[in-house]
Amino acid sequence: MPELASKTDTAVAAQAATTTDNVLATDAGPAPGKPRSLWSDAWYDLRHNWMFLLSTGLILLLLVVAAVPDLFISGDVSPRDGDLTKHYLQKPELGHVFSAEWLGYDHQGRSIYARLLHGTRASILVGVMVTVAVTLLGGLVGLISGYFGGWVDSVMSRITDVFFGIPFLLGAMVVLNTFSERSVPVVSLSLAVLGWTSIARVMRGSVITVKQADYVTAAKALGAGTGRILFKHILPNAVAPVIVVATIALGGYITAEATLSFLGIGLTDSISWGQDISAGKDYLRTAQYVLFFPAAMLSLTVLAFLMFGDAVRNALDPKSR
Amino acid sequence: MGRYVARRLLQMIPVFIGTTLLIFLMMYALPGDPVRALYGEQSVDPSQIAAIKAEYGLDKPLWQQYVNYLAGLPQGDFGTQIASRRPVAEVISEAFPVTVRLTIIAFVFTVLVGVSLGILSGMRAGKKTDTGVLVLTLALISVPSFVLGFLFQWLFAMQLGWTTPTVQDSMNFSQLFLPAVVLASLSLAYVARLTRTSIAENLRADYMRTAVAKGLPRRRIISMHLMRNSMIPVVTFLGIDIGNLMTGAIVTEGIFNVQGIGNLVYQALSRREGATVVGIVTVMVLIYLFVNLIVDLLYAVLDPRIRYA
Repeated sequence: MPELASKTDTAVAAQAATTTDNVLATDAGPAPGKPRSLWSDAWYDLRHNWMFLLSTGLILLLLVVAAVPDLFISGDVSPRDGDLTKHYLQKPELGHVFSAEWLGYDHQGRSIYARLLHGTRASILVGVMVTVAVTLLGGLVGLISGYFGGWVDSVMSRITDVFFGIPFLLGAMVVLNTFSERSVPVVSLSLAVLGWTSIARVMRGSVITVKQADYVTAAKALGAGTGRILFKHILPNAVAPVIVVATIALGGYITAEATLSFLGIGLTDSISWGQDISAGKDYLRTAQYVLFFPAAMLSLTVLAFLMFGDAVRNALDPKSR
Repeated sequence: MGRYVARRLLQMIPVFIGTTLLIFLMMYALPGDPVRALYGEQSVDPSQIAAIKAEYGLDKPLWQQYVNYLAGLPQGDFGTQIASRRPVAEVISEAFPVTVRLTIIAFVFTVLVGVSLGILSGMRAGKKTDTGVLVLTLALISVPSFVLGFLFQWLFAMQLGWTTPTVQDSMNFSQLFLPAVVLASLSLAYVARLTRTSIAENLRADYMRTAVAKGLPRRRIISMHLMRNSMIPVVTFLGIDIGNLMTGAIVTEGIFNVQGIGNLVYQALSRREGATVVGIVTVMVLIYLFVNLIVDLLYAVLDPRIRYA
């Protein structure tokens, strides 16, 4: 982006931030007069946001399902072994809530409901692991290139450009194709290697704005070391936009995993909704529920994380209020 | 302006080399052997394999293969597809027009519907229309495009019978419409949200108050003041998004059986055809780089404060 554009953008953003902050300090919140930080403002905002409460409830439920899937199904049902002779494409019994036959059986006689429950873990694990890896890697690159500037910045930015230029899905297909066994860490790391660039760009921009602040100059004048300035002064003040981008991206990584599993180059050792959707597509005419239920579960999970990310963004970004 | 473009073109070179090198290394680090794969289960004379490898330069060290590849590019030489013994450039140029059509329809749909929805909800921030658009975009983002593809296929083809489940003629615009809508859905939702935020934000700007105070007609205020300023982030997103649409097409083409690049990539990957995959990625990277340049030049049109020296 051209120099001038980024400068005016930051100026506008800074201006917007200060004006909204002033308004908020006097208008909103339970205790007027008491100075509050961006984080406590955000927390106040979130507790009163129905979207945040709803999505948090859903995510907590999904986490419990991921940890102990068998808790939600009556009887001892294996998600992997099916009885073809007894249950081949058996229709759902919507009255039998939480039982193995609730959502019907797939083309291999396996309980669809049990597979839904057992597929949760891999999806959420991949989503969380990619997000953490991407935040650490991209955050570090952005922090270093934003703070040091000069040739360090030039080199790092070109490397970021190279990775940013590779189409995400296509790159992931190429990388994952080299592995014959694809476990959760393998898929997560492959997605992270291709996905860190947007975080790095956001972090770099944020750090460049923050490092011009008076308190950074003051810390330097008082003789603080580079490490202390970076991690005690710059990082806490520059991290908010990164958290916003990372939380919103989490749902996207879950979709990416499902898409890759759907194409047959995703997870090989776990139950994955993407694989089940891929299997269900052959029965779209006769037994739609084989495709429909995993698709609905996947969409619901992505929706929960998306709403969570949205709420966090609205709370942390004063411009969007 | 001319100097700026020249500088940007020069800056593209290292990025282009880096990206293609990365894909090249990933592809050729693959354990499989495309030449051996030609013969399937049959036993072959090793000297015959060595001869084919020598013919296509596959026996040389990897760095030399890459240099040869780069040297061939300016003449439109993307290497040879080993299975069919045809030039990769020819294979790509057959499939490419289909994907380009699909992407263009999806892109136009994204811009028209996405921007309109964004304006509609941005102008009525906090009202019912706004909430409706928000719910719609949330739904479009959370339902993965391959799921949406099957839902549409089931609803419009199998239930309502408005169209065939798969595309019969990949060059036919009207048949490509349904896959294009599916492909566009995600970008459309993002564009709508981005436009909404941008418009809602700029509505409160000082220059808007000035324009109203000057007594300008409402139509002029919206089109010249509000829209022009609100479109900058949207244009940036759309630029990056063209690349995403083209890769998204890999999945959509598979669902609707469209004979485009997606199909080609998928087959090439499963047959471990390095040359074809690298060729397609090279073309996509080139498109991405040039679209980004165009986007940066568009900034100056949208925001006169930006000048290129």
